[in-house]
Amino acid sequence: MNERSSTGAAWFADIDPGDMGAATEAIRERTADAPLNWPSEAIDAEFADDEADYYAKLREATLESTHDAVREREKADDQQLKHSVRAMDDCDRTANELAERVAEWAGTLFEDAGTGVDGARDLAERDPAGPTERRVVSLAERVASLADESDDLREYVERQAGTVAPNLAAMAGPVLAARLIALAGGLDSLAKMPSGTVQVLGAEDALFAHLRGRASSPKHGVIYTHEYVRGTAPEHRGSASRALAGKLTIAARIDHYSGERKPEIDRELDERIETIRARGESE
Amino acid sequence: MSLPHGVERRDFGGEDRLATRGEPVYGEPTEDGWRLWDARRSKLGAMLEREMDVGLDGGDGVLYLGAASGTTVSHVADFAGPTYAVEFAAWPARDLLDAARDRDRLFPLLKDARKPETYAHVVESDLGAIVQDVATRGQARVAAENSRFLADDGRLVAAVKARSEDVTGDPGDVFDAVLDELGERYEVLETERLEPFHDDHLGVVARPRER
Ligand SMILES: C[S@@+](CC[C@H](N)C(=O)[O-])C[C@H]1O[C@@H](n2cnc3c(N)ncnc32)[C@H](O)[C@@H]1O
Repeated sequence: MNERSSTGAAWFADIDPGDMGAATEAIRERTADAPLNWPSEAIDAEFADDEADYYAKLREATLESTHDAVREREKADDQQLKHSVRAMDDCDRTANELAERVAEWAGTLFEDAGTGVDGARDLAERDPAGPTERRVVSLAERVASLADESDDLREYVERQAGTVAPNLAAMAGPVLAARLIALAGGLDSLAKMPSGTVQVLGAEDALFAHLRGRASSPKHGVIYTHEYVRGTAPEHRGSASRALAGKLTIAARIDHYSGERKPEIDRELDERIETIRARGESE
Repeated sequence: MSLPHGVERRDFGGEDRLATRGEPVYGEPTEDGWRLWDARRSKLGAMLEREMDVGLDGGDGVLYLGAASGTTVSHVADFAGPTYAVEFAAWPARDLLDAARDRDRLFPLLKDARKPETYAHVVESDLGAIVQDVATRGQARVAAENSRFLADDGRLVAAVKARSEDVTGDPGDVFDAVLDELGERYEVLETERLEPFHDDHLGVVARPRER
């Protein structure tokens, strides 16, 4: 027979039947060595009126509690997202660097050698003649597989960002969302940043320094890659990036504190950007 | 042998297929409110197709270990009584939650089946059955640890996956070892390989030994 344990461990013990928050937490936090006939214990303890009432309460509490637990675990994946987007950028950068080396070398051996990652992919398919060509083709193969790895990582990031931060990913796009989370060090730190900081996140980043070569304003960080900044006339980019950073900050906070998808903030941003751009045309 | 009350063979596209009554969960075909229960997607379904006597009665309380996205446990909750669905991975649990929202007595729990003390304050005692499909190392231990939830005449209905215990070992040897370990806490009543529905899986029905 089951060893009788005290009902003190039951998920509903000492919990006000109206306080679902406490019940939800009890389901996640409490433990017991042995189960009991909880429905009848709950009725005895006057937590539930009858069996049907007990199961209705249990249903509400387990749905809520498991939803919270799932959300917490998904959020905790922000660290995996951080590593994966950094790895993606590393693979990209390394593939491009190596592709340059391959192009330079291959140019001395093959008349029609192309450049960049595509050129390397092309070379990787060739049959090398002799030991020197073998080295070049082999190096080109490394470039191709690094580029493949980067593509796979991007796919993973694109899939994962929406799970970790659904609102941020919808507004920023999954890759930019992942970069913001990585630059901040995590979703919780991002959610706690003032929007002015979010606006310039990544301005020091090496990847962005490269992008900045083509940009004029130092007033934005990695959010420069967002269409709402890049696609806005230069004289209004400051306002556009302020508006975008403001809404991204809100999106990150919603993701951190509730995790529920709120499409209305995307619409608010759309309207705000429209106004900023229209202002430009009328002036 | 007879199917559990609430599971029926119904006509789907000219063939008699297993089905339960409930809200669809994973895009399965439905007919007059009956959902096709595909044995290829469900080890418990395969055990029923293999005519194993799983000893499940409609209305029995069930503890389901390894619920994943809820494919099988949703069918179980359609015909069984209160159904507790334990799954420890967060990613399939979103879908499990959706299946549970459409049902009155399917209780999802994000817990580790190797640690029953983390849900014994929620899952009630004297259940009619434990359905186990955890596909992880230590399947016999999981079953043993959870026997505390079963009524004396309750049933363990487990799908044992050979590759989860030993990737390279001969499945027959792996099953023998698992059954051996299972025998410490359970009396094995029936076993059946689940081919062609699931390769290298053994269906097991057992009842707890007297404690
Ligand atoms: C083969 S799948 C189950 C499929 C499911 N039973 C169905 O037919 O719909 C195995 C599941 O067991 C889960 N699992 C493995 N070890 C577990 C553990 N210790 N506790 C809870 N779940 C576990 C895995 O995360 C996975 O989702």
